[in-house]
Amino acid sequence: MDLPEGLKTARERGLVGCTRCTRPSRIGTRICPRCGSPLRSRDPLSLQKVWAWWLVGLGCYIPANLYPMLETRTLVSSQSDTIVGGAIDLASHGNLGVAIIILIASVLIPVGKFVIVAGLAIGVRHGPQISDHRRHLLYEVVEYIGRWSMIDVFVVAILSSLVQLQALATITPGWASLFFALSVIFTMLSAQSFDSRLIWDSAPDAAHPAPEDHDPSKERTA
Amino acid sequence: MTDTTPLDDMIVCPTCDLVYSAPRVALREKAVCLRCGTVLVAPRRKAGKQLVALALTVLILIGAASVFPFLTIGAAGVRHEASILDTAFAFSGSLSILAVAVLFFIIIIPALRLILLIYVLTPIIRDRPPAPYAKSAFRLSEALIPWSMAEIFALGCAVALVKLSDLAEVLFGPAAWIFAILVVLVVASDRLMCRYSIWTSLKD
Repeated sequence: MDLPEGLKTARERGLVGCTRCTRPSRIGTRICPRCGSPLRSRDPLSLQKVWAWWLVGLGCYIPANLYPMLETRTLVSSQSDTIVGGAIDLASHGNLGVAIIILIASVLIPVGKFVIVAGLAIGVRHGPQISDHRRHLLYEVVEYIGRWSMIDVFVVAILSSLVQLQALATITPGWASLFFALSVIFTMLSAQSFDSRLIWDSAPDAAHPAPEDHDPSKERTA
Repeated sequence: MTDTTPLDDMIVCPTCDLVYSAPRVALREKAVCLRCGTVLVAPRRKAGKQLVALALTVLILIGAASVFPFLTIGAAGVRHEASILDTAFAFSGSLSILAVAVLFFIIIIPALRLILLIYVLTPIIRDRPPAPYAKSAFRLSEALIPWSMAEIFALGCAVALVKLSDLAEVLFGPAAWIFAILVVLVVASDRLMCRYSIWTSLKD
């Protein structure tokens, strides 16, 4: 790890950093004096919370794919589509581009999120297989992309509020929309529970000095 | 940096826990963590005033966007228009819990966040002491960021439009344009905001 000369983590210096306002406090301080957030050097329950939300999220993602997302009624037909079914339907009607976009947004990205969050959590626990910078990048991607999955639910809402053309065509949302929304919320909570400082602690060649190596009495409280 | 630096003059990277002595950062420059690249300090001139102005604008726009129709559909002589509120209430019956969630994600949480931000920043830009409970207010406003999804909704409009374009004639209403402006303003205010500067000015 190419850590710049002389830089140490807050834990190595007997401090705990506030993740909200960045102020360090002496280790053992419970509440950040600057912003009032609770302080934890590392969240000991981080991985458990990650896995709990992850499992609930996965549990919701399965019915999200089994139930219909949209029910379309037109003059001649009535049709309910699951996420994948709808994409296949679009593809067979020649709308390959839109079908691919739907598959990426509703299948590839959610599944990718599950895999990445699980991979990060396993890496912290059992020793990572890839460099900490790459893991940090994956973490940022998951944090950033997570909320954008909600777009599917919004599109369903927009379509069903707009396409209300009496007998001509109506679209109503199906059960999958609720499960999909829940799945997005739970995976967001799972990613938020992940303590990103664990990525850097578990770097293969990171030094792990015990906190008592350091004399905290040298630190002066402001 | 020595071990005798006062704690208030140090910065701990929130993402990777490295300790720095708080750098003097010139306006329009930014300090980033050397290890993980997280932006630590990024002060802007008059950022507070601009943020309050932007927040007020976005708040008014959200109010307007929720009542005007934002998309109109027409096919074979039948027309139908929908406002943001109609959109949320598209989920009815057993799905009505989702209506509440959508309403929160696209209207209530974004609006609440902006109100909190205005409440926190207004005393600061007027050089007054921080408002009561300003710290809690700013903490809540920060915690709400991931759940404020107005800009995601705006992109959802575009996707819905593409999906419907070969089935029916779809027209943008005034609210759609308002939402488009809103996305730009939300991104702009995110770039202006220096959390470190706000927190240090809230310290009593």
